[in-house]
Amino acid sequence: MAPYLLTMVLLAIGVYAIACKRNLIKVIIGVMIAEYAVNLFLILMGYRTGGHAPIRTAAMDEAAGAANAAQAFAAGAVDPLPQALILTSIVIGLGVVALMAAMAIRLHEKYGTFDVAEMRKLRG
Amino acid sequence: MDTMLPLMVALPLAAAFLMPLLEKLREPEWLIDLLATLAGIALLAMSIRLLGTGQATYWMGGWNPSADATKGVFGIALSCDGLTRLLLLTISLVTVVAVIFSLRYMQRYTTKGFYFCLFFLMVAGMNGVVLAGDLFNFYVFLEVAAISSYSLVAFGCESEELEASFKYLVLGSLASTFVLFAIAILYNLTGTLNMAAIRQQMTTLAGNPALYVAAGFFVMGLGLKAAMVPFHAWLPDAHPSAPAPISAMLSGVLIKALGVYALARVFFTVLGPTAEYATVLMALGALSMLAGVLLAVGQWDFKRLLAYHSISQMGYVVLALGIGAAVLAKGGPKAIAGLAIFGGLFHLFNHAAFKSLLFLCSGATEYATGTRQLKELGGLAHRMPVTSGCCRVASLSIAGVPPFNGFWSKLIIIAAAVQAQYYWLAALATLVAFLTLVSFIKVQRYVIGGELPTRHAAVREVPASMGLAMVLLAIVCIGAGVLAPWLISTQGVPLLDQARDAVLAGPDYVTTVLGGTLP
Repeated sequence: MAPYLLTMVLLAIGVYAIACKRNLIKVIIGVMIAEYAVNLFLILMGYRTGGHAPIRTAAMDEAAGAANAAQAFAAGAVDPLPQALILTSIVIGLGVVALMAAMAIRLHEKYGTFDVAEMRKLRG
Repeated sequence: MDTMLPLMVALPLAAAFLMPLLEKLREPEWLIDLLATLAGIALLAMSIRLLGTGQATYWMGGWNPSADATKGVFGIALSCDGLTRLLLLTISLVTVVAVIFSLRYMQRYTTKGFYFCLFFLMVAGMNGVVLAGDLFNFYVFLEVAAISSYSLVAFGCESEELEASFKYLVLGSLASTFVLFAIAILYNLTGTLNMAAIRQQMTTLAGNPALYVAAGFFVMGLGLKAAMVPFHAWLPDAHPSAPAPISAMLSGVLIKALGVYALARVFFTVLGPTAEYATVLMALGALSMLAGVLLAVGQWDFKRLLAYHSISQMGYVVLALGIGAAVLAKGGPKAIAGLAIFGGLFHLFNHAAFKSLLFLCSGATEYATGTRQLKELGGLAHRMPVTSGCCRVASLSIAGVPPFNGFWSKLIIIAAAVQAQYYWLAALATLVAFLTLVSFIKVQRYVIGGELPTRHAAVREVPASMGLAMVLLAIVCIGAGVLAPWLISTQGVPLLDQARDAVLAGPDYVTTVLGGTLP
């Protein structure tokens, strides 16, 4: 349970950075921290102490015996799905961060600063 | 018929990737316009063709679990029920109109190819979101649509646009993070990502506290995407900053596909409505409705005013869904829940039509006069008859004046609130309708009525293609307004009835998607 809660703490740190930091780069880092909190959460779900790769080999079947080869495999294998998910989520995160960095550069060209408080052309 | 489902995503994707190639070719210039128009019309034709079909599910790569139940549900499913069909039709309709409007409007920007590339990526993402039968693809398509919309908001690359887009980008990616967290928790609980398979396990999971954590993350994430009030801060900046046809797409369909549709799908189909979720939805809806319209009344920037009204009008839809969920959770009569949901979905469609039209009108006035400050406009009735006429129709629709479409959907929502004995909510909805009317009388007075400022003396009507786009949507507004009461009282509206039934289906969704329950 503790590792799961730690990912929540990591998420809270990311949200804090997004909400409270005035520097654009720090805000971007906050978004990245929040994204990685989810990636860690996903990978933790598939984690299994002493688990092995979810690939079934002939040697594995021989060691377990023909009768309960499938059960022995399933009992030890980690869940491969979360790994596939975070691979996708990392790629999406990369795209988002690249876009954010590009926009931060353009904003710096326009305003000459990374300080959010000085970018005030829009009024609510 | 179900082979058409992946095409709804693949066609705009293919169009999106062809656009930059055509941009590189440079000659002939009309090729990009032609491809964009054809892709839009093909999407509309396919979504109209889909209307006649029943529930359909397409399993990518033939990984169909109903063929062999022991294999489990691992394949990627595209599933199309009544709700999906309603959203697909709405998206395609606004897409076609926005493309036609963009043909001339976007000539002020140099790179039309890149614009249409992002545009069709966004359409592909939205179609994917409404078609996705499993939560992870739902998330991926959500991101596809969202990332292209971030770039489209910043398309002009001026400081205001970049600022708005950055704000939207940060809050949007935070929203996506929350959604993924919720999906991860649900996967942890159920061991599957397929919506139907998750729903199947809801009976055993009911009351599990982790479920409420997931629901909380969904509310935050999807509430941010739908710009419900406490999560609305990005919308009034982002929507007005985009080019006008993109504003129409964002306010018209993006917040619905990514926000409201997603809320309905998650809370009605996947999690199943409970009293807690219903309260949250009703609170979000009522808050957005009131706060949105109060903030809108004081605005003097045409597009910003419209953006605030989007928050308010989306509040109506979410409120109606909340009332429906509350009645269902209490075990009340399904007819009342159905009426509320019917009203909400009808309002969703109507809002897509009239708000897109209003944003196109604001784009047209900006195109002709170069300003969107209400105080600097005026007297356009004679100079720009088409734009003014369409703006009138849309304003009357959103203000809820009979016989325009907005009136009927608001009436149904208020009637449902009264029948469900939420008298305060009904009164609130009526008050907000009145405030909306006041706000749009202001728009009419300052844009269409009054004196023509001398500096706009040479203003001329916008090009014919832009006029055509606006007239098309105005016809939809009037048509839906005139036909709706007649159809509802006689044979019903199959499009909306099926969408309502899809929202109400609940556990039946499992059988229709998976073809029988799984072991």
